Amino acid sequence: MKKTAVGLVSLALLAACGSDAEEEAVTILTHDSFVMSEEQIAAFEEESGYTLQTIAPGDGGVLVNQLILNRDNPQADGVYGVDTFIARTVIEEALLAPYTSPALPESAESLVVADSLTPIDQGDVCINIDTAWFEEEGMTPPEGLEDLRAPEYAALTAVIDPATSSPGYAFLVATATEFGDDWQDYWADLLDGGARVASGWSDAYYSDFSGADGDGPYPLVLSYSSSPAAAPGTDYLPDTCVRQVEYAGVVEGAANPEGAQAFIDFMLSDAFQSSIPENMYMYPVTDQELPAEWQEVAELSDTPIMVDPQRVDRGELLSAFADLR
Amino acid sequence: MRLWRAAWTAAVIIPVAFLAVFFLYPTGAMLVRGIWQDGIDPTGFTEVLTDRRTWLVTGQTLYQAALGTVGAIILGVPGAYVLYRCSFRGQRAARALATIPFVLPTVVVGVAFRALLGRGGPLESLGMDQTVTAVILALVFFNYAVVVRTVGGLWQTLDPRAVQAARTLGASRSRAFLTVTVPQLAPAIASAGAIVFLFCSTSYGLVRTLGSPGYGTLETEIWRQSTSMLDNRTAAILSLLQIVIVILTLLVSEALSRRTAGRLQLRSRHVTPLARADAAPLVMTAATMVTLIAFPLIALVTRSFRVGDGWGTDNYRLLGTSGTGFAGGATVFEAIGNSLRIGLIATLIALAIGVPLALVLSRRVHGPLASGQSILAGAILLPLGVSAVTVGFGFSIALDSPPLDLRSSPLLVPIAQAVVALPLVVRSLTPTLASIAPGRREAAATLGASPWRVLATIDGPFLLRGLGIAIGFAYATSLGEFGATSFLARPDSQTLPVIIVRLLGRPGENNYGMAMAGAVVLALLAASIMAAAEAARKDPR
Repeated sequence: MKKTAVGLVSLALLAACGSDAEEEAVTILTHDSFVMSEEQIAAFEEESGYTLQTIAPGDGGVLVNQLILNRDNPQADGVYGVDTFIARTVIEEALLAPYTSPALPESAESLVVADSLTPIDQGDVCINIDTAWFEEEGMTPPEGLEDLRAPEYAALTAVIDPATSSPGYAFLVATATEFGDDWQDYWADLLDGGARVASGWSDAYYSDFSGADGDGPYPLVLSYSSSPAAAPGTDYLPDTCVRQVEYAGVVEGAANPEGAQAFIDFMLSDAFQSSIPENMYMYPVTDQELPAEWQEVAELSDTPIMVDPQRVDRGELLSAFADLR
Repeated sequence: MRLWRAAWTAAVIIPVAFLAVFFLYPTGAMLVRGIWQDGIDPTGFTEVLTDRRTWLVTGQTLYQAALGTVGAIILGVPGAYVLYRCSFRGQRAARALATIPFVLPTVVVGVAFRALLGRGGPLESLGMDQTVTAVILALVFFNYAVVVRTVGGLWQTLDPRAVQAARTLGASRSRAFLTVTVPQLAPAIASAGAIVFLFCSTSYGLVRTLGSPGYGTLETEIWRQSTSMLDNRTAAILSLLQIVIVILTLLVSEALSRRTAGRLQLRSRHVTPLARADAAPLVMTAATMVTLIAFPLIALVTRSFRVGDGWGTDNYRLLGTSGTGFAGGATVFEAIGNSLRIGLIATLIALAIGVPLALVLSRRVHGPLASGQSILAGAILLPLGVSAVTVGFGFSIALDSPPLDLRSSPLLVPIAQAVVALPLVVRSLTPTLASIAPGRREAAATLGASPWRVLATIDGPFLLRGLGIAIGFAYATSLGEFGATSFLARPDSQTLPVIIVRLLGRPGENNYGMAMAGAVVLALLAASIMAAAEAARKDPR
């Protein structure tokens, strides 16, 4: 009898431990550029009482497809890394539960999408320019997207394949936003004018661009507003920038929605937000001071192209683009 | 005797169950999810199969694979002659050099060609970076050894008297080669060609690192449809198209290698010292080894020591960090640790499944058992030919509920890698085991040995001889596996190839150099594991 009782009690204890451990874990699906220091992880676990597990299977597209495929039995409680240009799919597919973080400052409230996507960080995808090259050639630099379609500038520009790269895709959306139904004509001008379409960001920036290492043939390249911080002699063109916001959300049907909410709140804390430029090359959404070198040449654009996340039809744009080439 | 039967049954059932649960089920689940909505949706097939793009992509896949295969054969056949039929000083070293590319992970091959043809590379001025030509060259580089080894192994055992007779009757050297030697080698050439074609048409890591010029291949298109267009239906249909191509290739390969096995009668090794008349194949092989094999490797190593405008070991010192600028995730050192640990587990799983399977496949059986055997032999090659995207996503949707909720299990990645390594393990064991003359087992049995004792004394030594190579292949394959691993990677399972590809795609000035240094480390690991495996191999007497 005694033995049985002891056995039962220890079984119950084991079961309790098991379920406790399960409740305390929070699983967050992130894109593969997500970075969080050991100290930050410890701080989150300390504050919230949850143990953090992250999974990073790939870029934003892989994330969203993972959410779609696992919809009936979600593995993650929360997701971080959905951006402006793929948000519509997430909303349409009803992949997230409503949550708006109380930690979000008023200034960023306008960025919330459909009450379920909380903005965490942002950035600008912009045409970067090798200023020294233009000075040497005595050529006037272009200003906006319209200028780039002129043959003399198109021939100097390296953009990136929208189908395989997220900045490349951001730029495609920017042109579709600016030129509406005429965006295909715009691209025809770019391509006919001799613009290069690189397969990835690093190919464009390091192989094609003349500014970064000084040996590529194109003095105009598609990159980020933060890139000039690391490459002296280069700058970005503020009127070509398209604003990209990265969001976090609570997965619909999650085992631990509270844990995901706690993590979203944590990502909006001052400590995490101020680490974003250094760790992820993005800009905080709350009011944090930027690193010194960013303040000189890499502030966000004052005149970015703003895209309504709910109006971007990814599939349609990319198929139309594939037909163009 | 009952135990003996039970053991054989288990040796069939366990591998089949393993493949069913960890390959057919996830892959099938992903394909079904893509094309099944309340019954098969024929419009999807019509849409995809009538889309011009589908056929452009298929065409490019076949074209690239065909050119890669032809290139490997044209260069590989003279190589097989020089490295296996002739004898000269330094031959062992030359053979080792020729074999290195095949044991390199595809990601490293991609990086090596970028180092040669890309930014700052010695051949940058040719403008071949990210062209179809570069991809084909890399495919030839990677598969040269397959042709050299397969064809060389047969050539070594060919009886020289047939050629001598033709020469005596007045045939010129080239005529004797074309009319006597080539027909004898044909089955081996065709069999190697089929395997090379298979590798070429599904190489995921290579296209991911080299880019996908032109319309891209089926593999990149499946990746694009599923991760960029979020169109799993199109991805599934393209996966099926890819599987059809792979099955056709396998059927051809199986038919041809059976012909080889029929003709191949082991004669004693026949080699001759290099003669003046061998100048043509010798020059061709030397040129291939220097320009195609050594040059990209040297370029890779050189590039990894370049720091800014000068030289140094900074890129290697940075391997202790997770990158500069756009850093993140595990450090490269941690990734090396992960790779070695995961590779060890994957190797153990692949051996546990592969060794019994190889024993089963190498026994001579008749009737319906024989066709079952050849179906099984073909089926285990399938993992080489199914899209990594399909397998990766398949794992996450199929193995997601108890009792098989492996999504957060540390075994997920090793199991996926074991599935990919299994074909090579089995392929490297079966030929040795199959070469045991059946009479030897029968004789032993007649003399009263129990079946267990026959297994231990007759098969055992041959098994041990093959085992070293099998371990080497399994470990090197899982070290280099990129496709499925990249879809399953969690912070504690980020492997070296995954980190290298991520570093290549990241801003930050030192990340490119770190990727090169990481690739050198990965190449050294893979090559030394294979070398150790070769050295441990013992010939049974």
